[in-house]
Amino acid sequence: MKSNSRNLYLIPYIIWIGLFVVTPILLVLYYSFFDIEGHFTIDNYKKFFTPVYLKMIFNSFWYAFLITLFSLIIAYPTAYLLTKTKHKQLWLLLIILPSWINLLLKAYAFIGIFGTYGAANSFLEVMGIGSKQLLFTDFSFIFVSVYIFLPFMILPIFNALDELNPSLIDASNDLGASPWTTFRRVIFPLTLDGVKSGCQVVFIPALSLFMLTRLIAGNRVITLGTAIEQHFLVTQDWGMGSTIAVFLIIAMVLIMVLTGKRKRGIL
Amino acid sequence: MTNNTIIRFEQVTKQYDDDPPVLKEVSFEIERGKFYTLLGPSGCGKTTILRLIAGFVEPSLGKVIINGKVVNDVPANKRQVNTVFQDYALFPHLNVFENVAFGLRIKKMKNNEVDQKVKEALRFVNLEGYENREIREMSGGQRQRVAIARAIVNEPEVILLDEPLSALDLKLRTEMQYELRELQRRLGITFIFVTHDQEEALAMSDEIFVLNNGKIEQSGTPTDIYDEPINRFVADFIGESNIVPGVMIKDLSVQFAGKTFDCVDGGLNPNEAVEIVIRPEDLEITKPDLGKLRVRVDTQLFRGVHYEISCYDQDGNEWLVHSTKKARVGEEIGLHFDPEAIHVMRHGETEEEFDKRLEAYEEGNYEK
Ligand SMILES: Nc1ncnc2c1ncn2[C@@H]1O[C@H](COP(=O)(O)OP(=O)(O)O)[C@@H](O)[C@H]1O
Ligand SMILES: [Mg+2]
Repeated sequence: MKSNSRNLYLIPYIIWIGLFVVTPILLVLYYSFFDIEGHFTIDNYKKFFTPVYLKMIFNSFWYAFLITLFSLIIAYPTAYLLTKTKHKQLWLLLIILPSWINLLLKAYAFIGIFGTYGAANSFLEVMGIGSKQLLFTDFSFIFVSVYIFLPFMILPIFNALDELNPSLIDASNDLGASPWTTFRRVIFPLTLDGVKSGCQVVFIPALSLFMLTRLIAGNRVITLGTAIEQHFLVTQDWGMGSTIAVFLIIAMVLIMVLTGKRKRGIL
Repeated sequence: MTNNTIIRFEQVTKQYDDDPPVLKEVSFEIERGKFYTLLGPSGCGKTTILRLIAGFVEPSLGKVIINGKVVNDVPANKRQVNTVFQDYALFPHLNVFENVAFGLRIKKMKNNEVDQKVKEALRFVNLEGYENREIREMSGGQRQRVAIARAIVNEPEVILLDEPLSALDLKLRTEMQYELRELQRRLGITFIFVTHDQEEALAMSDEIFVLNNGKIEQSGTPTDIYDEPINRFVADFIGESNIVPGVMIKDLSVQFAGKTFDCVDGGLNPNEAVEIVIRPEDLEITKPDLGKLRVRVDTQLFRGVHYEISCYDQDGNEWLVHSTKKARVGEEIGLHFDPEAIHVMRHGETEEEFDKRLEAYEEGNYEK
């Protein structure tokens, strides 16, 4: 009786998950076995393992890795300083705020800033360095991506640091550890879960970035995300697009499993 | 200051931001090898004193002196002091062995030496064989021992313990009181123990500092403080007591509850208004005519070892009696007490003034 009525509550969720999670994945899987004329085939998968696509896979992973790395390098100290400020929740909100603005809007803003006559180049001229090609470079692509993903990296790290019992830091000092040793032996290991979730929420979307690659990197950077977009919208080769998507889904699941949270801590 | 002094506070004031000071010009001395207790209600500044000694915070004014050196600016990791934290603060990502080894590893001690010292420390706290346990697998009492082992393994000169027993249940707590005291004797290290439980303080300490509102109200051995509370706060906080207003007629004679009694105090001004303390266990129930006071029983509670009887005299003063004899509610009884049971407290007298008066009074007596 009891478990029956409890199961009733689950029905809306099951319908939701079925409609919006399971069905799309199955559809993508289904489409990946058809060529552009609608014949059943496994050629898509064969094509996927040719140098063209392997290069794309490598590119995607490499740029996602760089974006994650730089986000982490900037986010960790930022989050740490945030937890030390007096109105930390307010500061956090201010940092999170830009992530609510539409991604395209931010991309266009950067086109303006990095353009030949943009603010960045005016600044370089004033500094006597002279104007440079900024837009459509790896630098600008990674810079803008890091800017966009930064809040998602800061948030989990901030939470992990904020939850850290301050008396553990006292205890470490008390036992003779310098601030740096305390960071290495206590603070970092205990906020590793936050770092991991931060890396997950940056790396996985970064893997399939596509609009930025065109707007900021000028299609010089072709990632799997760009390829999916091109196949669905330009070449109309849904089969190939789906194959790449299947690969991305598998990659994401693998990343989630590998960086998944281990049980730790008291209680 | 004697050679034996290890820690000294000189007029230490601690203030956070613009809040009123948490500690107000606190001065005291701690001697080597003794068991000290800081006793006081929650929020009175006990933890702050420990944090000042450990070096987690700096005094706003005054000096903290360890081993003859002013250490106001010395960071915590450079002080020969270890702390057992109120919440134990064990590192959840390290197992029992590595928690205890933490301080030794910082000192870059060789592995086999670390191994030996950690095992020895764990043996000291009866946790042999628990080396590879995770902290979350340990019970509250065991965690507390790990925290103690983590402190003693560094062989500090002073160990600070911040209410280490408050999270334990009563039985374990009593057990740990014995163990801690025994441990301190075996190690011969100075312990500074914080508690808000007066029974714990009386049972464990060589010396007690009674704190209230950022000030030391009284310091002394447990018997000193119990027998000679200096003011109403201390009398109330340490054990239960009957406190009534009175007048010091002359030396050795005091008036309260409408009668004059012999007492053992002196050195006060004639006819000075004072407060009288009599401990409930010093009151004896007798027949109404035989007692020094005549009271009516209001309520009676059985407390296991004794009855706690609340009575009122004609003036409306409440008298709490601890007695193994039973009384009847509503019955009129007599209360008997010895002159030694009467303790006279002067209004607003500080500890220094109290000591001075006692000295002067005794000297005066010798001259006579
Ligand atoms: N970091 C701090 N900032 C501001 N006030 C504090 C801080 N630490 C302690 N206090 C205040 O100091 C007072 C004494 O605290 P504490 O020493 O912890 O008391 P106890 O340990 O005796 O309960 C309390 O009123 C507390 O609110
Ligand atoms: Mg405290």
